[in-house]
Amino acid sequence: MIKADPAGVLTGAHYLDGDEACAEGAIAAGCRFLAGYPITPSTEVAEHVAARFPMVGGTLIQMEDELASMAAVVGGVWGGTKSMTVTSGPGFSLMMENIGLAVMMETPCVIVNVQRGGPSTGLPTMPGQADMMQARWGSHGDYEVIAVAPNSPQECFDLTIEAFNLSERFRNPVFVMMDECVGHMTEKVVIPPADEIEVEPRFEYRGDPKEYLPYKVNGGNEYGIPIPPMLHAGQGGYYHTTGLTHDERGYPDMSPECQEWLLRRLVDKIRLHRDQLVHVEEDGVEGAEVVVLSYGISSRVATRGIALAREQGIKVGHIQMKIVWPLPDRRIDEVAGRVKGLVTVEMNYGQIALEVERIAAGRCRTSLVGHAGGTVQDPEKIAETIEEAAR
Amino acid sequence: MKFWRKPLDLDEQKVVRGEVHILRDRCKGCGFCVEYCPEGVLKLDHAYNKKGYHPPVVIEGKECVMCRLCELLCPDFSIFITERGTGVPEVRDD
Amino acid sequence: MSEASVVKADPVASPAPPPRDEESIPHPMEEWLRMDRIPHIWCPTCGLGTVVTAFIEGLKQTDLERDNVAVVSGIGCTGRVAGYVKLDSYHTTHGRAIPFATGLALSNPKLKVAVVSGDGDLVGIGGNHFIHAARRNMDLTVILVNNFIYAMTGGQVAPTTPETANTTTTPYGAFEPPFNIPHLAEACGAVYVARWTSLHVRRLTESIRKALSKPGFALVEVVTPCSTLYARRNRLGSGLDLLKFYHDNSTIQNGARTSDVGIDFQKPFIVGEFVDHDRPTWFQLMEARMSATLGDKFIPKEGPSCTNSK
Ligand SMILES: Cc1ncc(C[n+]2csc(CCOP(=O)(O)OP(=O)(O)O)c2C)c(N)n1
Ligand code: SF4
Ligand code: SF4
Ligand code: SF4
Ligand SMILES: [Mg+2]
Repeated sequence: MIKADPAGVLTGAHYLDGDEACAEGAIAAGCRFLAGYPITPSTEVAEHVAARFPMVGGTLIQMEDELASMAAVVGGVWGGTKSMTVTSGPGFSLMMENIGLAVMMETPCVIVNVQRGGPSTGLPTMPGQADMMQARWGSHGDYEVIAVAPNSPQECFDLTIEAFNLSERFRNPVFVMMDECVGHMTEKVVIPPADEIEVEPRFEYRGDPKEYLPYKVNGGNEYGIPIPPMLHAGQGGYYHTTGLTHDERGYPDMSPECQEWLLRRLVDKIRLHRDQLVHVEEDGVEGAEVVVLSYGISSRVATRGIALAREQGIKVGHIQMKIVWPLPDRRIDEVAGRVKGLVTVEMNYGQIALEVERIAAGRCRTSLVGHAGGTVQDPEKIAETIEEAAR
Repeated sequence: MKFWRKPLDLDEQKVVRGEVHILRDRCKGCGFCVEYCPEGVLKLDHAYNKKGYHPPVVIEGKECVMCRLCELLCPDFSIFITERGTGVPEVRDD
Repeated sequence: MSEASVVKADPVASPAPPPRDEESIPHPMEEWLRMDRIPHIWCPTCGLGTVVTAFIEGLKQTDLERDNVAVVSGIGCTGRVAGYVKLDSYHTTHGRAIPFATGLALSNPKLKVAVVSGDGDLVGIGGNHFIHAARRNMDLTVILVNNFIYAMTGGQVAPTTPETANTTTTPYGAFEPPFNIPHLAEACGAVYVARWTSLHVRRLTESIRKALSKPGFALVEVVTPCSTLYARRNRLGSGLDLLKFYHDNSTIQNGARTSDVGIDFQKPFIVGEFVDHDRPTWFQLMEARMSATLGDKFIPKEGPSCTNSK
């Protein structure tokens, strides 16, 4: 890790909404290219970046649609610039094609989804958390992703930086799964001095460009992640990359053996190293009868529900997942073995909750406090569900 | 060919002669080179190459003027020309 | 006596060359191709290989540094071009070559980015990107190979298929009016528009050279034979027969009005250089605007910046 470029860091305490804080996080992390298309409730991220980029050597382009935005982001990264896009549900759907390309080409980039109620145009100005499975599986084929879910403007700042850093560490797209509530809530955000912000530089190839094989993994990076180093356009590598299944040279190879060789690594680089991807905040989990699992804005509402349940004398723990994908499955597994119930709080009809149920595998009760979005959870309902789970 | 009279710039009329290189086994026998050679230098061989196509061969006695059209048109990068030597057009008085 | 006939005079006889070992001298294209991928996948009498040669020949005649040239393709038979040229090259998704190239070009303004892709890719599924990149005058050289069909997927109707032509999804003949690509490009703001067939390889090379040398959205349409699908399905013979058809039926008309250059099925058509003018590129407009409003506070993007965090 290296220190952030002070030019992009607005050190100090500010009142920012989540969208603006996300934008500041991206700039602090070294993002200098944004391609996007306006959509509520995410547009403020791009608007803030549009105002700031010209002063920090960044380029923003409003593309003709989200297909183009995501394609431009992948191109931006291969041109050598940390790049991002910002959207909400309908645009997220359009991005799926080139998110798959980013995965296949191993393109480190960040996609911010300020979630609203869906499906389709749904509830443009109201929160939702129902794109979690789309983030996980929305593009076709088998692959792994990383997703963070902030619950406050401060976390929007912090976790956006983390998203950029993880994208570089794993050479994979990373999602910042916000929601309308977090995006539009204004709170104090403390931006530390640049030398206190750690930034992951690109894992770059340093050998003779003429010898470069774009998909040859030589021991991986310092974190033990089996990724090949990158060269960008203009560095004399004359390399090829493709969305087709490819060999070490980046050349298409349409054999089941090559598919296995490539996909195994693309999946395992995240799956087998997911212990590096556990980022949770826990409260009272040890000795709890019931543990609440939540993320994003739902985790703040859950805190109130948990407080109400605790007033009833129930021992309730809380795991707020700041990284939702990959799930902290080993931690959930441990906890499931010794509690009466796991309660998942999320603004959908059960997406992460189904995963929790799978991991618990019948060892404890699993329940969901969920609805289709539009407003945050009712803390009373969370408390009631906890009480039921503790019975 | 004969000239009716000797051109004044005869000594400047260098004629570039090409040597035709044919990568027989890369060729897919499309015939583009044969069809568009302005000098009719090429014909498709009766024999097959390894891929089972008829590659071009140079017709005996025909001279390549190194226009490189065959090289540019060939979709399989299997024919190219190098310079063989320059010559002054011959003028015969008979 | 014309110069040509002088050249045709009997030469001072130079001795016939000795038979040469095939591979002893490399083909001049080899330096520019990924030879470990040759032979390419294209069919016999397909014109795509010719387009690759014209592209490289055109590129060689520019002052561009090889390291600074990138090629982006979408998906299709033409989309495979990126996989054969030995340059930084990107084989992207169907229709998205232009936005990918846009990201590449904006990310590193030192690059010259060329898009080489098919008619279906660029003006079918990618049509929206095409018109907007032209409108913005994005600094891209677009080589659009028009074989009048979706070849890679087996010969379906394309937005360029001439009316009445037979395709697998118009088995009774195409009936939608096709795009006139030069007209579309000009209307959207392209600064350079030319159309050649792959038979016009020298003029094509020259247009590619000009297009690459020109800042802004430059489009070269190349009418190219698809022997296996378009020609066969329409009983037009081989790719060679299509070249002969182009030879007999294409008229060079530089500066023709692009509205007059639509292509009807197996009818005479116009080729040439149609548009060549100047206007500022997206990047120039952006920088000018930012400098005008922000003055010294504007920090232009220099090169790639992924390592910018010191
Ligand atoms: C999103 C998407 N839709 C469809 C396809 C299937 N597909 C591959 S190539 C192609 C058509 C290509 O036509 P064109 O761009 O004209 O290229 P050509 O093969 O004719 O050179 C299609 C439809 C795809 N790869 N991706
Ligand atoms: S270079 Fe010209 S004259 Fe020589 S063989 Fe080729 S096409 Fe014919
Ligand atoms: S043009 Fe090339 S591929 Fe076609 S016949 Fe001639 S040498 Fe062979
Ligand atoms: S299908 Fe048509 S376009 Fe594709 S390689 Fe064959 S001839 Fe060329
Ligand atoms: Mg086509």
